[in-house]
Amino acid sequence: MQEKTAPPTPRLEDRILAVLSRNAVPVFFAVLCLGGIIAARLDINFLVNEVLARLGRNSILVLSLLIPVMAGLGLNFGIVIGAMAGQIALIIITHYRLTGLTGICTAALLAIPFALLFGWLTALVLNKAKGREMVTGMILGFFANGLYQLVFLVLTGTVIPIKDEMLLLSSGIGVRNTVDLINVAGSLDRALDFLWNGLILVNWGPLRLGPWRVPVFTLVLTGLVCAATSFLIRTRLGQQMRAVGQDSRIAEVAGINVDRIRTTAIIISTILASWGQLVFLQNIGTMNTYNSHEQVGMFAIAALLVGGATTRRATIWNALIGVLLFHTLFVVSPLAGQKIFGIPQVGEYFRVFLAYGVIAVALALHAWQSSLRRKTAKQHGEKENSLESRPQD
Amino acid sequence: MSSPYRGLGVYAELTDRIEKSLSRFGIPRLIISGFLLLLFILALIMKMDLKILISDSLVRIGMNGILVLAMLPSLRCGAGLNFGLPVGVICGLLGGVLSLNWNITGFAGFFTAIAFSIPPAIIAGYLYALLLERVKGQEMMVGTYIGFSVVAGMCIFWLMAPIDNPALIFAIGGKGLRYTLTLNDTYAKILNNFLSFSLLGITIPTGLLLFFLLFCVLMYYFFRSKIGLAMTAVGANPMYAVSSGINVRKMRMSGIILSTVLAAIGIIVYSQSYGFLQLYTAPLYAAFPAMAAILIGGASLARASISHVLIGTILFQTLLTIALPVTQTILQGSDISEIARIIISNGMIIYALTRAERR
Amino acid sequence: MSASTFLTLKNISKSYSGTHVLKKVNLSVKAGEIHSLLGENGAGKSTLMNILFGMPVIHETGGYKGGIILDGETVAITSPRDAMNLGIGMVHQEFMLLPGFTITENIKLNREITTENPISKIVGRSLETLDEEAMANDARAALQKLNLTVDESLPIAGLPVGYMQFVEIAREIDKKNVRFLVFDEPTAVLTEGEAKRLLDVMKRLSAEGIGILFITHRLDEVLEVSDTITILRDGEVVHRLAQNEANVELLAELMVGRKIERPTLPRRKTEPTDEDPILTIRDLQVKMPGELVKGINLNVRRGEILGIGGLAGHGKLGIANGVMGLYPATGKVRKDDKPVNLDSSKSALESGMAFVSEDRRGVGLLLTESIEMNIALTAMQIQNKFLRPGFFSALRLEDRKAMRERALRFIEELDIRCTGPTQPVQRLSGGNQQKVCLARAFTLDPDLLWVSEPTRGIDIGAKQLVLDLLVKFNRERGVTVIMTSSELAELRKICDRIAIVYEGRIVGILPSDASDLEFGLLMAGKNTRKEVG
Repeated sequence: MQEKTAPPTPRLEDRILAVLSRNAVPVFFAVLCLGGIIAARLDINFLVNEVLARLGRNSILVLSLLIPVMAGLGLNFGIVIGAMAGQIALIIITHYRLTGLTGICTAALLAIPFALLFGWLTALVLNKAKGREMVTGMILGFFANGLYQLVFLVLTGTVIPIKDEMLLLSSGIGVRNTVDLINVAGSLDRALDFLWNGLILVNWGPLRLGPWRVPVFTLVLTGLVCAATSFLIRTRLGQQMRAVGQDSRIAEVAGINVDRIRTTAIIISTILASWGQLVFLQNIGTMNTYNSHEQVGMFAIAALLVGGATTRRATIWNALIGVLLFHTLFVVSPLAGQKIFGIPQVGEYFRVFLAYGVIAVALALHAWQSSLRRKTAKQHGEKENSLESRPQD
Repeated sequence: MSSPYRGLGVYAELTDRIEKSLSRFGIPRLIISGFLLLLFILALIMKMDLKILISDSLVRIGMNGILVLAMLPSLRCGAGLNFGLPVGVICGLLGGVLSLNWNITGFAGFFTAIAFSIPPAIIAGYLYALLLERVKGQEMMVGTYIGFSVVAGMCIFWLMAPIDNPALIFAIGGKGLRYTLTLNDTYAKILNNFLSFSLLGITIPTGLLLFFLLFCVLMYYFFRSKIGLAMTAVGANPMYAVSSGINVRKMRMSGIILSTVLAAIGIIVYSQSYGFLQLYTAPLYAAFPAMAAILIGGASLARASISHVLIGTILFQTLLTIALPVTQTILQGSDISEIARIIISNGMIIYALTRAERR
Repeated sequence: MSASTFLTLKNISKSYSGTHVLKKVNLSVKAGEIHSLLGENGAGKSTLMNILFGMPVIHETGGYKGGIILDGETVAITSPRDAMNLGIGMVHQEFMLLPGFTITENIKLNREITTENPISKIVGRSLETLDEEAMANDARAALQKLNLTVDESLPIAGLPVGYMQFVEIAREIDKKNVRFLVFDEPTAVLTEGEAKRLLDVMKRLSAEGIGILFITHRLDEVLEVSDTITILRDGEVVHRLAQNEANVELLAELMVGRKIERPTLPRRKTEPTDEDPILTIRDLQVKMPGELVKGINLNVRRGEILGIGGLAGHGKLGIANGVMGLYPATGKVRKDDKPVNLDSSKSALESGMAFVSEDRRGVGLLLTESIEMNIALTAMQIQNKFLRPGFFSALRLEDRKAMRERALRFIEELDIRCTGPTQPVQRLSGGNQQKVCLARAFTLDPDLLWVSEPTRGIDIGAKQLVLDLLVKFNRERGVTVIMTSSELAELRKICDRIAIVYEGRIVGILPSDASDLEFGLLMAGKNTRKEVG
């Protein structure tokens, strides 16, 4: 019963073609980026500096999406709620005037209980909406945003008795629209400045590189999150998550508590997202209390998809490459719009269009493929793997 | 004969019956109604002008009604909530812009807008339906992002549109439509003022309400016709429909197209009452209040009717209208009506998504 | 392991929404014994095994009555995990394998071998790292026990079906504490050679002291490997015998046989004959999942009641669904000598056929709609009944009055227990729902009626009523009826002839007064008469 036929070694060009077609999405966006760069005649040093900053700023948020994908929950639009947990922590440390690395670390610790609670609640809802996790997660994000506004716009200063001129609006009710994070701004990016300040500036005759500022510690943290994620995949928990992600019914029969695994995945994702938002905001330096988190989910998801991920498969590389490409495009498109059409807003709208469009196309493609698969399965008369189709004997 | 338990039995039966009718009425609808009642009482206590509040509510009911009605065909044909409503809204705006550009005023302008929004809505609805047909099971997610990207894509179009009517384009730069286009000189409030009269100090926007009711009646008869019933069957049980010789695909697509067309008409009605056409990112979240309203009315992903549309629109829009002044007075300035809108509409949608029975 | 290990099922009863599928079943398996469980579909075999394995479907539908005794102690099995901990393994009818996982990962699913690491010491066992090498070794060892040499690092997707079955078994025997194994129709998907290997493996496992419960339809296999044979019928144990007492004929008879008082049905003026066929089917192939039809030829006589029987999964349900256009089908079907287009239901319905589906809730009804709507809608769409002109002639509106009248008539005629014609059908009982389905078909005024599993999941009184209705319909209106059923007994009650389907083909057509033995053998694919029509 041995059945091993060694495949013939494919030619080099075939292999390249295969790699390209397998990575059609990132390749397409790479070409788009390149075209934009050329069209906008962009200063490369400016671009590299921008993209480095954005890589540090956004990667952890994007990485926080990986685990729910693995556990079969699709793209976790609920990371918006994790971002809120991060912002709550930031509001608290701002109120207590904690500064620098101590401040941001306290925030990271404070964010954990909030993210745990929020993640648990999110999972509670998502476990009731199986098969519709993504749309439910998205609406849940909007819903949580309403509650968040209620707490910080109406209840703070009234029900929650704090007096803080720096934090609250002049009426004494509600948190200001923008909170200055000067106390913790850049504290992570520059945490390793005593070793190296991350500045790259090279002048080799005509070749001028820099100035680029590398957010050293943030990138170290990103690396740690990557390492932790790939560690998790190789653990018992990771194996259970993958099993649930492939077929929750079979996992159930194998004795895995499916709902608990899904809950764990969402909680991990929510905590990572809260930290991701901390990293993001300390880099930006100010917090738009009521807007900063809103777009987090969409941009993170678009980046992940641009990196070649699908709703069922996403790797660390998809995340990192996606951030690079998506944010390059983000930097390039307004400038390219200006150059090509003469209207800078065209570029602005184009990148919003791009973010939405990428998600729409990725979701549509995936849904299309799976419905095609269902159809062919039906045509071949294969038995579907579900209890419903089983005759009750 | 008169056992002491008899009274108890009647009591038990009564509570049982109350419980049943409560569950039929729906807990969310109950909460919303209770909340609305509370707001009314608060308004009375604070001696606010109820007449104005009611007049405003009537206007908002009329102006939002057709957008809510647009949810009906998509729910009925089994495509779920139409998250892609902005697709239709954009087509309506397109018709509106065209009629403005030609500077047609009065009812002629209003109906020109509608006439020129329907063909693009049919085409866009057809394409959108074609796509949804391929992503069965993920209609809502894909619909949302298709809607979003169409809105974003149209932002570029509004910027580059080949229209040079100086009243419509940016004052500076000489290119690109303005963010909001006023209808004051053409057909603002034309329906609202049609046959409107004052009753006990309440202004009745007769034309607006009649127009909405007309569409309700049309939809009512549509869903009582052969094709409408076929559509209902497709939504209720596609296999039953197949076994009845109904072309499921065609019916589902017709439902989505109908929804898109209604959305286009709905936004024109909305705009004439509002007084402006809102372009660019304004239609982004157009679907959400409409979905919330029909769900508050008692619809679920599996079942929706005209009465759900009517009840939902009345409850939701009255609530929003009254919440603003009342809470503003209570909370000295901070406006929770926007927050209430977000919480209520999204809460309703989550409720529907988590309850929906799986097929 | 001592030979005294016993697994005993005691007085097990189970009902699904009011229908009793198991009635006080007793069963016992010794260590090292192969105990076969034999029965028709619907006899309750799978339900029994689902109870033994703690499958969620049992506990979601209200649990069961009776006890499971292992080594003299009553045990509670409420989840597959409990069953596993007690050493009970199951090889499922459908594969419980994750296609994207490798063979090793599937074999070790949720029983991964892990090693400690600094993080797991703090957080807990679930973060221990996988020991992939040890897992691969275990998997290889289990596969070798089955004489299967296949690279254990291959993913399941792409393996031949036979291999998957063996991987399932490997997973079970890899469980170190496994003492009892349930094989739920393991040979159904295997080729003959593979099936033989599987039987060998079963014998080897039993020699090692593992008790085996073997569920199958294949009588030869039962005779080959079993020590004890239990026959289940209608949820009851009807017979238990040792292997040396059994032969194919006896088993076939026991499985099917029951005393049938065949009521004398009213006679017709002229009995149907082959000369006047209402429907001819040539080389019909239907791709209905789980019920493949692989080429059927059939002539249906005008005016007869034709039964289609056979075991589940052999394709009997596919015939009606294929002809009625519900599943992709090929072949030539002619009704009244006019071709029927198999692409959609429309052609079949327009040709004067109607269909009562076996899937009442899935195909037969609009659950949230009223009784009158359910009854009228198909006739409205196909025959333009129940319509009245609207404001303009192209607009045709529903004729509520006509619908109401028709519904009221059927409610009385078929004795549909309801609060009125506007009651949503989801609130009706199974039997009354079935009557609505029949009313839906009758409303089309068909001259050929397909009825599939008309009595499944309804109570006994309603069953008789439904059968009487079909006879009445046939005799009084001359409607030809083709009834598909898993219950041979009810086919024999009302049919003129019964065609038996085996592995997607008709193996024979018998008059309904043929002997139990003949039917039993036909069901097992053995034709004694050799006249296939």
